Amino acid sequence: MCVASNVQQISLYDERFRTVLDSSASQLLADLDAGRVSATELAKACLNRIAECDGSVGAFLSVQAESALKSAAEIDRRRANRETLGALGGIPVAVKDVLCTEEEPTTCGSRMLESFRPPFDATVIRKIRKADGVIIGKLNMDEFAMGSSTENSAFQVTRNPWNLERIPGGSSGGSAACVAAGMAPIAIGSDTGGSIRQPAAHCGVSGLKPTYGRVSRFGLVAFASSLDQIGPLARSAEDLALMLGVIAGHDERDSTSVNVPIPRYLDAIQESCKGLRVGLVREHFEAGLDDAIADAVRTAVGVLESQGAEVCDVTLPHAKYAVATYYVIACCEASSNLARYDGAHYGYRTDENEMREELANERQKLLAQGNQAAIEDLDSPLVRMYRRSRSEGFGPEVKRRIMIGTYALSAGYYDAYYLKALKVRRLIRQDFDEAFQHVDVIASPVTPTTAFPIGEKTDDPLSMYLADLFTASGNLAGICGVSVPCGFDSANLPIGLQLQGPPFSEGRILQAAANYQRETDWHLRRPPLP
Amino acid sequence: MPGVLPVLNRRAFDLSLRTAVALNCEIANFTKWDRKNYYYPDLPKGYQISQYDLPFSRAGWLDIRDSKGRFEPNKVGIIRVHLEEDAGKSMHDETAGEADSLIDLNRAGTPLLEIVTEPDIRSPEEAKAFLTELKLLLTYLDVSDCNMQEGSLRVDANINLHVPSQSGDGKIATPIVEVKNMNSFRAVERALSFEATRQFAIWQETGQKLGDVPKQTRGWDVSSQTTKGQRHKEESSDYRYFPEPDLVPVTVTKEEVAAIRDGLGELPAGLRDRLEREFGISQYDSEVLVSQGRSLVAYFAAVAESIGDGKLASNWVQQDVLRMLKERSITIEQFPIPVGELAALLKRVAARELNTSKAREAFMEMLDTGKSAEEAIEAMGIEVVEASDVEQLCRELIGSNPKTVEDFRAGKKQAIGALIGQAKKRNPNVDPAQVKEICVRLIETAQ
Repeated sequence: MCVASNVQQISLYDERFRTVLDSSASQLLADLDAGRVSATELAKACLNRIAECDGSVGAFLSVQAESALKSAAEIDRRRANRETLGALGGIPVAVKDVLCTEEEPTTCGSRMLESFRPPFDATVIRKIRKADGVIIGKLNMDEFAMGSSTENSAFQVTRNPWNLERIPGGSSGGSAACVAAGMAPIAIGSDTGGSIRQPAAHCGVSGLKPTYGRVSRFGLVAFASSLDQIGPLARSAEDLALMLGVIAGHDERDSTSVNVPIPRYLDAIQESCKGLRVGLVREHFEAGLDDAIADAVRTAVGVLESQGAEVCDVTLPHAKYAVATYYVIACCEASSNLARYDGAHYGYRTDENEMREELANERQKLLAQGNQAAIEDLDSPLVRMYRRSRSEGFGPEVKRRIMIGTYALSAGYYDAYYLKALKVRRLIRQDFDEAFQHVDVIASPVTPTTAFPIGEKTDDPLSMYLADLFTASGNLAGICGVSVPCGFDSANLPIGLQLQGPPFSEGRILQAAANYQRETDWHLRRPPLP
Repeated sequence: MPGVLPVLNRRAFDLSLRTAVALNCEIANFTKWDRKNYYYPDLPKGYQISQYDLPFSRAGWLDIRDSKGRFEPNKVGIIRVHLEEDAGKSMHDETAGEADSLIDLNRAGTPLLEIVTEPDIRSPEEAKAFLTELKLLLTYLDVSDCNMQEGSLRVDANINLHVPSQSGDGKIATPIVEVKNMNSFRAVERALSFEATRQFAIWQETGQKLGDVPKQTRGWDVSSQTTKGQRHKEESSDYRYFPEPDLVPVTVTKEEVAAIRDGLGELPAGLRDRLEREFGISQYDSEVLVSQGRSLVAYFAAVAESIGDGKLASNWVQQDVLRMLKERSITIEQFPIPVGELAALLKRVAARELNTSKAREAFMEMLDTGKSAEEAIEAMGIEVVEASDVEQLCRELIGSNPKTVEDFRAGKKQAIGALIGQAKKRNPNVDPAQVKEICVRLIETAQ
């Protein structure tokens, strides 16, 4: 893992910088504008914090200290010149390694892309830079975004800042841990089945999955094209609103991005919750849910109610099919999206000499056996290169999902699996459409348990998949969802509250979240890291 | 590359619609794209974006006919026309004992229109005619220049035989062979011809029917002028088609289709019919003219209209104008003789005031110097002979050559030659054919 070098040491006990690391992005913006802190000082504070604790946490895969300080200095110069700055005006941002950053490492947590440096910036990255965000580094993740614990990274494990023996969640584990530990005020993640909301919940931070099509996917390395969305993680709903305003918008390079107006999210969150109709899903509180989580969620909804919200029950009858439906669709799309990684054009390629030797040996053996048919069937060097590069470059979970997806799309199985899953997906969406006739926001748990120990589920993929119980349906339906901290269990592990709304209602769910955060202080708690 | 996304090429879709409408297809109200998944070095993503079960058009046709009567007019059905992306280009270099394959990825992702016909084509000649007519249509529509050598048109031909059964009733179908790697229309014709013969020999030897063996793929080999079996490892590939999630479906309304149909302009088939009707020219003539493109047709029509003689205009445009365009490698737009001047020249010819060979000399003079018809005729010392003058001359000659006339009347038809010779001596500008015609008439109508 790369660590920032050449960073001037800043005293940890400098009160000013301690406050900096604790502050939300919105507070920091105010400080920047008021001249109480500079962009360079902010960048240094983050880089220093990374140097200080990322050795234990392992959130970052690469840190771009030099370019970050350069950008920060330029922003300071422009601010001093009274030039107009973008909405982020010098705020440090860290990015999940699944987004293309020009000429910087973009590994997707995989050996397959360990050496890959894209020749272009993702649209979201371009927007962040244009808004004068300072990108400080790339964050660890489950390989190709496949996982719920960040244990599937080919490079390192990320640890939950609240308890270093526990997972931070996944696949945006690095993003959540980074924000929780104060290494950056805002991080960008991606969410396909819960990969922003779940780690946010496990790490006690706020995370938003926008409506499918709200944010451009151009430059996001694809896992499941109809489910992936890019979103922010931060310490408050207000910061999420700030960041969403920066990254949202139609992009002609992404045909699935939608051309609808971008509301002023920072204004929307000022509204009160009076009259807001909040639904609790009957099916969510059935067996399998941690008591601590059920209690925390109900208490949280109680807070909203005390703020004027009206609470009622809703039903999502097809909720129990969400995980299976999600895994069929996601794996099918992934099996196709990952076909391009073959060692030919970029990324990892198997050792060619070893490969040729291996083939030669096989051919010898077959010749000796006189097995003509087998000789004719022997891989050509090209095919053997594909085979070895993919076997060596991909980790086991990625291979597992590619195989599941290939199987489910194959002749004879397509109808029973993929097509069926598409039909159930529509039913799941219809459940939400119906529910949203009666409520504005659906409140629910984010995860069935709090953060489990590292290594506990690695031998039980199916059990790992069930972690997506409360979040995957949101991706299937394409709706938006935010996760905010709402308590702790007896082991002092964070619990998240999910608020979901109809398509393009981010303003409203952030409004509910912001109101909740005005009334509670869960989001202000900090992990016991030095 | 990781992170990139496809976007539908709007212009390609518009051109595709034009093509499908011109091919009389039904245009789908709702269409979508699908991923066709397979591995090949010229397919960098590992899948090709194509259309599977909901192509944007289906059920059309293209009429073909042969003015030389080599086959009966045939309506070739079009099963579907769909839009997909092209793969890269594989070039197999087998020089110097090496067997290298080079892959050019520049072509990957460019839009490709796939047109699939019904098996309505009944001979290699029909196949060539179909391709010729399709190319003509697509160039008229400004959709493609259909150049097989450059790769803007590629053809795969599926062929089998229907052999009359022994019992005399019905036909037996032989296994289908797909022929690839033909790089010209002529190659298509030859390959199919070769295949038909080869398949018949196989039939006689094995009696294999459609369904007995899997479909074979063979490549046309130019050097040996034969088809060769291609070794294919996969029987029937499972492409695991599924709807392309990165592209949204497209709807096309009836109004949009009507607007496209209205905007097509006159197409080759209709244009040929109109020329035949309006200008009284033959099928062959209309074919030649229309095959040269709208501009040349317009030139012809203007000349024909001006002189009131379609056949004459057609002859001159086909022979003289076209020859010059070819020899000088210019287009009709660059042709220096304006419609009006050619018409003026041809009016003289039509009125028998100028014979054809003199007219041709004047034509060349006009071409090379830019003179008008009148100026050219004068400059070359060609005297236009009035019809009345020719008649007068003939009367004189008949009067002064009673023996020749008597010989002619007695049955020696070639005697008229003497009169023609004398006429030319008297006036080198006369049209010998005209002299002959007038003399014969005068002789025959005289008592």
